Amino acid sequence: MSISPLVASLEITPSYYLVLAAALFSIGAVGVLVRRNVLVMFMSVELMLNAVNLTFVAFAKALNDTAGQVLVFFTLVVAAAEVAVGLAIIVAIFRRRRGATADDLTVLKG
Amino acid sequence: MNAHGLLELVGIVPLLPLVGAVVLVFFGKRIGEPRAGWIATGLMGLAFLWSLVMLAAALSIPPDARSVSSVLFTWLPADQLKVDMAFLADPLSITWILLVTGVGMLIHLYAVGYMHGDPGFARFFAYFNLFAASMLILVLGNNYLVTFLGWEGVGLCSYLLISFWNQRESAAVGGKKAFIYNRVGDFGFMLAMFLLIAEFGSLDYGITGKAAGTAAGGVVTAVALLLFLAVTGKSAQIPLFPWLTDAMEGPTPVSALIHAATMVTAGIFLVARAHPFFEASPDAATVVAWIGAITALLAGTIACFQPDIKRALAYSTISQLGYMVLALGLGAYTAAIFLVLMHAFYKGCLFLGAGSVIHGDDENQDMRVMGRFKSFLPVTAFSMVIAWLAIVGVPPFAGFWAKDGIIESAYEDGKYGLWAVAVIAAVMTGVYMTRLIYLTFFGNERFRDLPVPDPLLAVSGGSDDDGAVAVVDIAAYTEAELGYDPDFAPTVQYHEPPRQPRLHGHDPHESPKVMLIPMVALAVLAAFGGLLNLPIQGLEFLDEWLAPVFKGVTQPSPTSFDEGLALTGVAFFFAAIGIAIAYLLYRRGLKAPERDPLRDGLGPAATVAGNAYFYDAGVSAFVDKPGRAGAKFLDEQVDTRVIDGSVNGVAHLIRRAGDGLRHMQDGLVRRYALGIALGMVALLLFFLVYVAR
Repeated sequence: MSISPLVASLEITPSYYLVLAAALFSIGAVGVLVRRNVLVMFMSVELMLNAVNLTFVAFAKALNDTAGQVLVFFTLVVAAAEVAVGLAIIVAIFRRRRGATADDLTVLKG
Repeated sequence: MNAHGLLELVGIVPLLPLVGAVVLVFFGKRIGEPRAGWIATGLMGLAFLWSLVMLAAALSIPPDARSVSSVLFTWLPADQLKVDMAFLADPLSITWILLVTGVGMLIHLYAVGYMHGDPGFARFFAYFNLFAASMLILVLGNNYLVTFLGWEGVGLCSYLLISFWNQRESAAVGGKKAFIYNRVGDFGFMLAMFLLIAEFGSLDYGITGKAAGTAAGGVVTAVALLLFLAVTGKSAQIPLFPWLTDAMEGPTPVSALIHAATMVTAGIFLVARAHPFFEASPDAATVVAWIGAITALLAGTIACFQPDIKRALAYSTISQLGYMVLALGLGAYTAAIFLVLMHAFYKGCLFLGAGSVIHGDDENQDMRVMGRFKSFLPVTAFSMVIAWLAIVGVPPFAGFWAKDGIIESAYEDGKYGLWAVAVIAAVMTGVYMTRLIYLTFFGNERFRDLPVPDPLLAVSGGSDDDGAVAVVDIAAYTEAELGYDPDFAPTVQYHEPPRQPRLHGHDPHESPKVMLIPMVALAVLAAFGGLLNLPIQGLEFLDEWLAPVFKGVTQPSPTSFDEGLALTGVAFFFAAIGIAIAYLLYRRGLKAPERDPLRDGLGPAATVAGNAYFYDAGVSAFVDKPGRAGAKFLDEQVDTRVIDGSVNGVAHLIRRAGDGLRHMQDGLVRRYALGIALGMVALLLFFLVYVAR
C-alpha cells in the first residue's frame, strides 16, 4: 500500500484540532439556539462540552502539560452528572406532557 | 500596704452603696422596714469610714504626690481613642467623697425616721443608695466619660426620687421637669466631650487639662461654655434653674441630700475639675461669674415671697449655688468649694429642720399658717436658728467665712460690678432667711386660725400653678371610655401628704430622735465648720489641702488682714440690713395668714418676683404655643413628606423598575441561551480588543 506524497508530507499541528473543536462547538451552539426539542438541545450541549475537551487535550499535547488531560476527566465527571439530572428532568417532562418542546415550557414567565 | 496602694482602692467607696442599692432593689420588700433603712445607712457609714481612710492615706504622702489614679479596665478601646474606667483620688475628689458619704450618712439616718410607715420604704433606700453610688462615681472619675456616667446616674436618681410619690400628679410632673431641664444641660456635656475627642483625642482630665493651655482660644472657650451649660442644668443656674423648686415635690430627705447638699454641687465640681479650660478662657470665666451673680440675686429676691417653706429653701439653694458659680468665675475655686462644704452643712440642716416641721405639722408646708413653733419643736428650732445664723453670715458661723470669702474675692479681683450684685444678694439672703425663721418659729400662732388662705397665693412659678395641670373629671366618663373601672381602689394606700394643711386637732409635735440627731449634728457642723479654712496664716487648712489641685492658678485673696477684715465687715453690714428689715416686718408674725407685709408693701414688684419673674410661665407658654406649632409642622410636613416621602419614594421606584424588568423573563429557554451566547461573544471581543492587545 502506497501513501501519496501529499499525505506523507502532511503534518498534523495543534491548529487542526483547534479548528475542528471550534467547528464542533459552533455546531453545538447553533443546535442549542435553533432546535426546539429539548433532547436535541441536550445533545448539542454535549457536543459543545466535548469540543472543549478536544481543545484541552490538544493543548495538553502541544504544551506537554498533563494538566489539560486531567481537566478533561473533571469535565467528563461533571457532564455525566449533568446528563443524569438532565435526562431525569426530560423524562419527568415527557410524563406530564405529550412532547418536549422547549418553547412550550414557559411556566416561569415573568 | 503603703498609702499609695490604699488610694488605689478608692473604688470601694462607691461600691458599698452600689451593693446596698442592688440588694435593696431585689430583696428590699423581704428585708422590710426598718432593716432596709439600717442597711442603707450602715453602708453609707462604712463608705464614710473608708473615705476617712483615704483622707488619712492622702495626708501621709507629700502634697505633690496626692493624685493617684486606678484603672479598673479599658472601657472604650476605640483605635486612637482609649477611655478607661478609672478612678482618680486627689484632694478634690477626696473632699467630695467625704462630703457625700458624711452628709449622706446623716441624711440616710434621718430618712429612717422620716419615711416611717411609707409602703415604698425599701424602694426609697434603694434609690437613695444608688444616688450615693452615682454621685461618688461622678466625683471619682478620672476622665469626663466616667464623670458623665455618674452625672447621668444622679440625674436618674433625682428623677426617681422627686417622683417617689408617683401617684401625685405634681410629683410626677416635677420629676419629668427635672429630667428634661437636665437633659438640655447634658447635651452641653456631651458636645463638650465630642469636641475634646476631636481636638485632643482624649477625655482624660490630666491630658486635656495640660492641652487646654496651648490649644486654640476658640476651642477652649467652646469647651468651657458647653461644660458650663451642663453646670447650669445640674446646679440650677439661669437659664435652667426652674426645675429645682419643683424638685421639692420629693420627700424632704431627698431635697436635703440631693437638691441642696450634694447633687446640685456636681456642677461646681465639674468646673473645678475642668478649671484649666476656664483659666485659659477669660471670656468663659466672665460669663460664668455674671451668670452666678445674677442667679444669686434673682433667686434671692424670689425666695423672699415664697409661702412654702421648702420652696423658699429651694430658691435659697439656687441663690447660694449662684455664689459658688460666681466664685468659680472669679477663679476663686477654693472659696467655691469651701462654700459647697459649708452650704451642705447649713442647708442640709435647714432642709432636715423643714422636714421635721412638716412632719410635726401634719404635712403642712405653708409658713403662713405656722408661727411660734419654738415652743413645740425646741430642738428643731435650735438647729434651724444655728443654720440660719450660718447662712446669713453672722460671725463666727460657717457662712460668714465661706460666703464673705467669695464676696471679698469679687472685690479683690477688681470686679466691682460683681461685688455690688453679690452684696445686694447678701441683703436678700438676710431677708428671706430671717422671714422664714420668724414665720416658722417666732411671732404669733397662726395654725389655729384655719381655714387655710387661698392656695393661689402660693406663688412659686412651679408646675402646680393654676392651669398647669389639667384636672380630669373621671366621673364624666364611662368605663369603656376610660378603659378601666373608675371605682377600682388600689389595695396599696400611698403615703401621700395632702396639698392643703388639715385642721389641727392637736399642737405640732417634735420629731423622733432618729431625725433630731442628724439635724443637731449638721447644726454643730454649721456652727464650727468655718474652722476648716479660717483666713489666718497657718489656719487655712482647706487652701493648703486643695493647693496641689489648683497649682499654677492665682486665686484672688485679700492683700492684707486689715483689708480682708474691712471687706468682711462691709459684707456682714449688708447682711445685717437684710436681717433687720425682715426682723422689723415679721417679728410679730402675720396679722392674718393672707397678709404678708413684705408682699403688701412692694405691691406689683412682689407679684413679679413671687412668680419667679414669670420665667417658668414664659417657658411653658413658649413650649405650649410656638413649641407645639413647631412640632406639629415637623410632624405633618417634614416627617410625612420628607422622611416618609423619601422612604416610600425609594420603594416605589424599585417596584416600578421591577414591573418593567420582569418582562425580560419570558420563559423561552432558547432566548436565554441566545443571551448567554451573545454575552460570551461580547466578552470574547472585549478580551480580544482590549486585553489581549
